[in-house]
Amino acid sequence: MSTATIVKLPPQETASLPKRSYLNNEYGLKSWLLTGDHKRIAILYLISITFFFFIGGAMAGLIRLELLTPQSDLMAMDTYNKVFTMHGIIMVFLFLVPSVPATIGNFLIPIMVGAKDLAFPKINLLSWYLYIFAGCFTLAALILGGVDTGWTFTTPLSTHYLNTHVITAGLGIFIAGFSSIFTGLNFIVTIHRMRAPGMTWFRLPLFCWSNYAASILMVLGTPVLAITLVLVVLERAIGIGVFDPAKGGDPLLFQHLFWFYSHPAVYIMILPGMGVISEVISTFSRKRVFGYTAVAFSSVAIAVFGFFVWAHHMFIMGVSNYSALVFSLLTMLVAVPSAIKIFNWAATLYKGSITFETPMLYAFGFMGLFTIGGLTGVFLGSLGMDIHLTETYFIVAHFHFVMVGGMLMAFLSGIHFWWPKMTGRMYPEGLSKLAALTTFIGFNLTFFPQFIVGYLGMPRRYASYPPEFQVMNVLSTAGATVLGVGYLLPMLYLTWSLKYGKIAGSNPWQATGLEWQIQSPPLTENFVETPIVDHEAYDYEWLAHQTEHEVQTVG
Amino acid sequence: MHDAHAEHAHAPHLRHHFETVEQQREASSFGMWLFLLTEIMFFGGLFTAYLIYRNWYYPAFVVGSHQLSIFLGTFNTAVLICSSFTMAMGVHASELRKRKELVGWLVATLVLGSVFLGVKAIEYHEKWEKHHVPGLNFSVQEFTHPSDKYKEEPPLPMDMAQKTQVYFSLYFAMTGMHALHMIIGVSILLVLIAKAWAGHYTTGHMTTIENFGLYWHFVDIVWIFLFPLLYLISRHQ
Amino acid sequence: MSEHKVNEVLDTEPTHHSEHIVSPKVYGVIFAALLVGTAITVAASYANFGIFNPIVALGIACTKAVLVILFFMHVKYSSRLTKLTVAAGFFTFIVLITMSMTDYISRAWGLW
Repeated sequence: MSTATIVKLPPQETASLPKRSYLNNEYGLKSWLLTGDHKRIAILYLISITFFFFIGGAMAGLIRLELLTPQSDLMAMDTYNKVFTMHGIIMVFLFLVPSVPATIGNFLIPIMVGAKDLAFPKINLLSWYLYIFAGCFTLAALILGGVDTGWTFTTPLSTHYLNTHVITAGLGIFIAGFSSIFTGLNFIVTIHRMRAPGMTWFRLPLFCWSNYAASILMVLGTPVLAITLVLVVLERAIGIGVFDPAKGGDPLLFQHLFWFYSHPAVYIMILPGMGVISEVISTFSRKRVFGYTAVAFSSVAIAVFGFFVWAHHMFIMGVSNYSALVFSLLTMLVAVPSAIKIFNWAATLYKGSITFETPMLYAFGFMGLFTIGGLTGVFLGSLGMDIHLTETYFIVAHFHFVMVGGMLMAFLSGIHFWWPKMTGRMYPEGLSKLAALTTFIGFNLTFFPQFIVGYLGMPRRYASYPPEFQVMNVLSTAGATVLGVGYLLPMLYLTWSLKYGKIAGSNPWQATGLEWQIQSPPLTENFVETPIVDHEAYDYEWLAHQTEHEVQTVG
Repeated sequence: MHDAHAEHAHAPHLRHHFETVEQQREASSFGMWLFLLTEIMFFGGLFTAYLIYRNWYYPAFVVGSHQLSIFLGTFNTAVLICSSFTMAMGVHASELRKRKELVGWLVATLVLGSVFLGVKAIEYHEKWEKHHVPGLNFSVQEFTHPSDKYKEEPPLPMDMAQKTQVYFSLYFAMTGMHALHMIIGVSILLVLIAKAWAGHYTTGHMTTIENFGLYWHFVDIVWIFLFPLLYLISRHQ
Repeated sequence: MSEHKVNEVLDTEPTHHSEHIVSPKVYGVIFAALLVGTAITVAASYANFGIFNPIVALGIACTKAVLVILFFMHVKYSSRLTKLTVAAGFFTFIVLITMSMTDYISRAWGLW
């Protein structure tokens, strides 16, 4: 690995944080809990989702511990069901869905479009409170005894055959859904209506395009989840019969409605991550993203096509063969825009001046792991293979490759990339590279064996398994331990950097984008005066011209 | 083109992160429309369920639908359409900065909305009396052995009679969800009337009234679909 | 002045919304049309059109909804963005219904 770096920090002996920023313009708990400032809300979200990530991660630890041995000996099978359900619910709804949009998106989108704040700051704050409320409901479900339906709440198991806290968990997710809707709504209005003069659609950073596409999904898809959960709660509470075969209901109707949201949900989760990757790959290759228009439109295409493929989660559930064929074909098509992005990122790297700072390491990890995850998704989209592979660990490995190897890596990439902007300080590069490597190794060790055991037939959501799968499971658990260390390290050194990190200055990466033209951390109002944009995105010549003629920003 | 500088300097309702009142108004309106999109999809799930079950259990749906009072349903539809008209007139009054007129139209909307809810309450009570509330006190007696009032109805075989519970589940879920939206609307209206009386919406800032109008019209549109789908199934039989 | 110029550039999608006030006469006509539509739909439900009964009912309901959307909700006088937004909402709803139907039509249509 080359030791070249593009990092340029102000001279540390004389550098200091800016006197006035969004962090210190107001003090006290109330100024944080009643803030309208999108940047403070982003920080609130960051702390909250990290908290829930820990809990979800603890659940994962318990799963892997149980799976060290073929028997269900660490916990009862019912308890195991509760553990993986909680892991799923917390990780999907309380971590992955809000991760990039609510933290990095909230912080950066107004700045990237050149606005002073999001369109509806109060609704932004409301969205955070709804998230906390939802988190409380979920924790309540956990503490009161758990839910064991799986995160997918499949009927009639969830409505008739379990006596766990389905209603509490369902209501929690219902509330989390609205948190997500309001975030998405805010982004769409902001990007449409609050762009600075000269910031046309095609000059926007690709991060904005990705979040825009994800926001469309949030606004149009999440309400269907909401009504589905309402129906499940009603069914459980008073027995209305919409999903009960004994009363004439169709359990498959639940699945149609549930997956109508939950498939676009996976694109809600990944698209913002892809936005991060666009920014990072461009910055650390010193090159504009290849095929800007294609990448921008592919984000929207993923969002639109994402609505047409949900029944590929239901191939073995009893849907007709003809509709399964239709959905299978559309699933093949939805892979195309994602692939377009990967090709364009690769083309961006070609003949770029590549350096290997931590965000770029995570981005490389993303490209490889997301590709593997995505390709295995195409396998699963073909009917014949799905019949064999569904409900096995192959599926588990597939979605962890895209969600953890893809999305979580993108999230970490983004956090590291914009950390200097958000806090004014750099994280320690050596330690962060170590963490990135540890995460990568731990991830592969955890989840690659799962492809193998899944293919060989090990079912998912079972506390026990045939003994011939034990070796792979032990490898997987070992990997999980390494992965845990890899995730713990950033929590430690990022916190450390808040006090002891090097002063970053406004543009340590020498990146393009409006956010790098303002101080770190930014002022509450973001810009001293409304920026006028007259250059394209990723315009490194313009940046070079700027740096030659600019006055060094003083603290 | 209005004087943007003057607006920025003097408009008290201009939030600091917007450049002009016009931008704020357009953003507000767009945000409201996006929220209505979520409502379309929210009710959409229920309409999907309705479509499937009506196809499967058509005789049960017919008989169930005939249990509803077509008079009350038509009356309520007319009431809601009137309330949409009064709401639109309210927006108009706000645009023309006529305070007393605005309050008048808003009060009319409130009264009509409340009448709707009152009639709904009567209908729900009637369902409770007749043991047609799914899950809580449902009985198929009326469908297997129709009383004198419904002697034209063919008695259903037991398995289809039991499917009437699906019809009523959807009836309560759909009209209940609609009524919940009406209750929320009526509550907000109370606040709006108070503020309109104080003159908040007749000094050039009419966005709130416009956006609430959008919400109210949307709830009306949902009912425009619910009425024929629930009340008017095969009335010629 | 510079702020004036800023607004013009911001108005990438001019709406004319604030300039157009719909006259009460239009509202009155639509109001009457909606009531007439209601009467027709009730009357039509008593007539026997066989398989077309629900189609007639839905057709009338759609017409009424379109009238409310275009005139009471001002979409006819709104920006292209608003019109696109409304269309997007209905499009997604139609996707939900039709693609779920691909499943039910091909395995369980009225077969219960």
